[in-house]
Amino acid sequence: MGRRVLLIEDEPNIAEAIRFLLTRDGWHVETHADGADAVEKIAGASADLIILDVMLPGKSGMDILRELRDRDDTRDLPVLMLTARGQSRDRDMAEKAGVSRFMTKPFSNAEVLTAVRDLHAQASQT
Amino acid sequence: MSDTREPGKDQVQPPPVFLERQSYRRRRLMDAARLLPVLGAALFAVPLLWPTEGENAVRMSAAITYVFSVWAVLILVSVGFGVAARQGQPSDPQEPERDT
Amino acid sequence: MTSLNVLVAVCLSYVVLLFGVAFAADRLASAGRSTWLRSPLVYTLSLSIYCTAWTFYGAVGYAARSGLEFVTIYLGPTLVMIGWWWGLRKLVRVGRSQRVTSIADLISSRYGKSNTLAVCVTILAVIGVTPYIALQLQSITLSFSIFAEADPAGSHVEGSSAFWVAAGLAVFAILFGTRNLDANERHHGVVTAVAIEAVVKLIALLAVGVFVVWGIAGGVVDTLQRIDASEIGVWQVDHGRWATITFLAAAAFVCLPRMFQVMVVENDDERHLRTAAWAFPLYLMLMSLFVVPIAVVGLEILPEGSNPDLFVLTVPLAQGQEMLAMLSFLGGFSSATSMVIVAAMALSTMVSNHIVMPIWLNAKGGGASVSGDVRSVVLYARRVSIAAVLALGYFYYRLSGGGAALASIGLIAFAGIAQILPALVGGLFWRGATRTGALVGLTVGFVLWLFTLLLPGMGAGVLAPSVIEQGLWGLSWLRPQALFGIEGLDPMVHSVMWSLSLNSAAFCIASLLSFPSPLERLQGAQFVNVFDHSAGPRGWSGSVAQSEDLMIMSQRIMGAREAQEFFQAEAKAQGSRAYFPEPTPAFLERLERELSGSVGAATAHAMIGQIVGGSSVSVEDLLAVADESAQLLEYSSRLEAKSAELSRTAHKLRDANEKLTQISLQKDAFLSQISHELRTPMTSIRAFSEILRDTDGLEVAEKTRYAAIIHDEAMRLTRLLNDLLDLSVLENGQVSLNVTEGMLVDVIDRAISTALTGSANPLKLRRNRAAERISIRTDLDRLTQVFINLIANAQKYCESHEPTLTISVHDVGGRVVVDLVDNGSGIPPHSQKMVFEKFARVSAEKAGGAGLGLAICREIMQRLGGNVIYLPGQEGGAFRVSLPLGLEIAAQ
Repeated sequence: MGRRVLLIEDEPNIAEAIRFLLTRDGWHVETHADGADAVEKIAGASADLIILDVMLPGKSGMDILRELRDRDDTRDLPVLMLTARGQSRDRDMAEKAGVSRFMTKPFSNAEVLTAVRDLHAQASQT
Repeated sequence: MSDTREPGKDQVQPPPVFLERQSYRRRRLMDAARLLPVLGAALFAVPLLWPTEGENAVRMSAAITYVFSVWAVLILVSVGFGVAARQGQPSDPQEPERDT
Repeated sequence: MTSLNVLVAVCLSYVVLLFGVAFAADRLASAGRSTWLRSPLVYTLSLSIYCTAWTFYGAVGYAARSGLEFVTIYLGPTLVMIGWWWGLRKLVRVGRSQRVTSIADLISSRYGKSNTLAVCVTILAVIGVTPYIALQLQSITLSFSIFAEADPAGSHVEGSSAFWVAAGLAVFAILFGTRNLDANERHHGVVTAVAIEAVVKLIALLAVGVFVVWGIAGGVVDTLQRIDASEIGVWQVDHGRWATITFLAAAAFVCLPRMFQVMVVENDDERHLRTAAWAFPLYLMLMSLFVVPIAVVGLEILPEGSNPDLFVLTVPLAQGQEMLAMLSFLGGFSSATSMVIVAAMALSTMVSNHIVMPIWLNAKGGGASVSGDVRSVVLYARRVSIAAVLALGYFYYRLSGGGAALASIGLIAFAGIAQILPALVGGLFWRGATRTGALVGLTVGFVLWLFTLLLPGMGAGVLAPSVIEQGLWGLSWLRPQALFGIEGLDPMVHSVMWSLSLNSAAFCIASLLSFPSPLERLQGAQFVNVFDHSAGPRGWSGSVAQSEDLMIMSQRIMGAREAQEFFQAEAKAQGSRAYFPEPTPAFLERLERELSGSVGAATAHAMIGQIVGGSSVSVEDLLAVADESAQLLEYSSRLEAKSAELSRTAHKLRDANEKLTQISLQKDAFLSQISHELRTPMTSIRAFSEILRDTDGLEVAEKTRYAAIIHDEAMRLTRLLNDLLDLSVLENGQVSLNVTEGMLVDVIDRAISTALTGSANPLKLRRNRAAERISIRTDLDRLTQVFINLIANAQKYCESHEPTLTISVHDVGGRVVVDLVDNGSGIPPHSQKMVFEKFARVSAEKAGGAGLGLAICREIMQRLGGNVIYLPGQEGGAFRVSLPLGLEIAAQ
């Protein structure tokens, strides 16, 4: 199989919850808590999917997303973005930056699973 | 100027009354002096009323006498005013010079 | 028979004598030993230049032709002199206080120092006086010719004698009239010479008169009989002319430039007027006393057709009285020369001051900064002007042919000069008189005089006969001698009536309609109220009254409160218990400085000078000026204040706008922070509660762990909400402090136990409990909260292996200072500034609280009258709390 997801999230409890969910769904979950070196981490991780928090220490999720879309090797990588701020402005910014899916915290577990599966399915078809 | 502030405060008969009377006199004198030219003009205008023709015509000698008499009287009264005004104003009246 | 040569010799020696007298008088005056030169007698005699050759010779001729009418020429000045209290006194006072140099200068000065007016008056004077000077030259020439006719040996050429006389007079006037440039324009030499000439002409005329009455007629009674028997023996006079000429003579006496020169400009002492008031009328009376007898005797004994104008000379000559005739000649010569000299001087002053100098200064383009420069130019201009005036007179004499037309010029000149009267009298007595009024009045009078008297009087050729017959442009109501259809009047009366009445009317109407400039108003006040401040003895309270005046003025300029404070302070400084300070020089100097701050130095100086110096401006006038400038000042300062207020408001608005924008941004940021802080624990809670709900087969350990996470996050939410509420209350200032007294050591003890309870790896504490035994009075619970936050902070963030917190307490000047220093890495410099901001978090990993703790600490310390700051430069994280020992309740 080898469906890999890279989770960038600085809240340990949230990261643990998502890892629990996705692991049970058959994903290999790798976590990372810092924003500063997240882009290198993603580029080197060869993950199928990225789950990205917006509020990160070091570098904001929004900046990371823009950098990813600028890079050839990560341009088409599916990115699911999570934010606790939940303002519509953030959603607009994220969509402009090229996010694949945007979700506000708190989310329901089912939603996260559905989103991850959808994104992976779309990425596989193309 | 401060030395003239309160003159005669310790005198029995306060001089301001005297001065008052004197300055009052002087002022009336000025009034009279002012009237003098009016009087003179009126007197010099009198010959205009005299008849100039016929039997009643005024003789030149009379006219000369009249005019010069009026003239002399005016001069004498004027002298009188001059003397009176001088006596009324022992001090220099026109130069209130200050030492400030 | 006296030869012409002897006459010339006598004449020349007389002139040399005059030169000597004038020279000596000037020397005496410059040496300061000139008391007798300044006597009322000399002043009175100098006034006698009124009696020119026209009156010396002409009066007898006038009497021979028109009887007693000649006397009006003297009656007018007599009335003016004995009425000196009315007008002359004021005129002389104004002239002296304003230092005027001529009648033109006086008029110009009165009407706001207008040079246009001065030029108008000057031109009028030149036109009026030049024929008059020609008349004097003619009289001298005529008298010469009388002697020449009598001396068959002499060859006399009329024109040349006139020329030499004119040249000689010019030299005299230049020598003694422009020797120096005195600020007061006094010429003692000239005045003294004129006085001597006055004596000579009086004696000459009296001598001829005495000779005629007692030598020829045989006594007073006989003389009177001869008079009555003569052709002028009956009183016969034109009423209109009698009144008009009296008035005209009075007006000319005041307005003639030469009269103004001796009466006002050369006046040394105002009190001389008091003597001249009777002495000059006496002089005039004596001058006219024997006129009619001489005329009558002349008509009687001289052949028909003799020129009556020369009876004064020809009667003694006919009787063989050559010495008497010589004396008489000298009298006439004196009359003519004194008039010409003074008139030339007066006119030259006017011409050079008001025409030449402005042109020269203009041409120089303001380069006349060196005073000596201007001085020499002025003197030069005067000299040239004198020469020019005399040349003008001479040429007029030559061109007019010296006929009868010239003889009538005396009265015509009077009428022309009298046009100045309305502007002069109005200026002296009516504050409402304006420059425009004076200008319009003068112009109207001048034009009418020119048209109705001067031009027709100059004989045919100047004005076409058709104009005189049918009027200007054929309009019958514009006939020069029957203006507006009024016919049958004597031309002189007609002209004077129209020109002066329309002049006055135009002057009044234009004055009423126009608005004077401030300078005009000030000058007007100075002229009209000249006596208010320069006469009369002062009362004993003079000095205090002066301070009061100063006070009133200062109030209007500085403002009432400031002025009162200033005066009171000054009075106190003088050690006086009175409200007003004595006007000492020091006080005045300080006041002037104060005032100059508001109105400028020059104005302040002038204002104080006017009040204190007893100058001629009344306090009311000054106050009017002060009010005006205060209004201006107030207006401009109000404008300034308004614009300053506007810019302040604009600034405030900008500030407010910025603040609002900032607040709005802050609010957005705050809301999104709050949202984040609330959603983060809720996310964990939701996720794990769904896991617990939806996941089957969880191990017990897992369940317990997830439940613990949920619990922790729920607690975190609660803490956050508590902090938020706390901060909100503190920030809104709604917090009520519970101020009690306690020991600092107890507060710290309580805070430590609360902060470190349940901690796995508690901080080590280093304290000096003895130092902490300080009694403080404040809200102890709130202070405890601050210490709890700070200690918990250290506990949370100090990453040392052996975390230690040092608490040290100092008492600094009534304030307690508590330093809490840990041994961790501290806060990086770039974050130090923002640690007290809400939701500020220095590092991500240590996120446990909501980031509101230090913000709350800062708010609390502000409420308690103290503060909390981060102490940079310590070995670890360090905070300093300082607060007052005792909190004033009122302070918050």
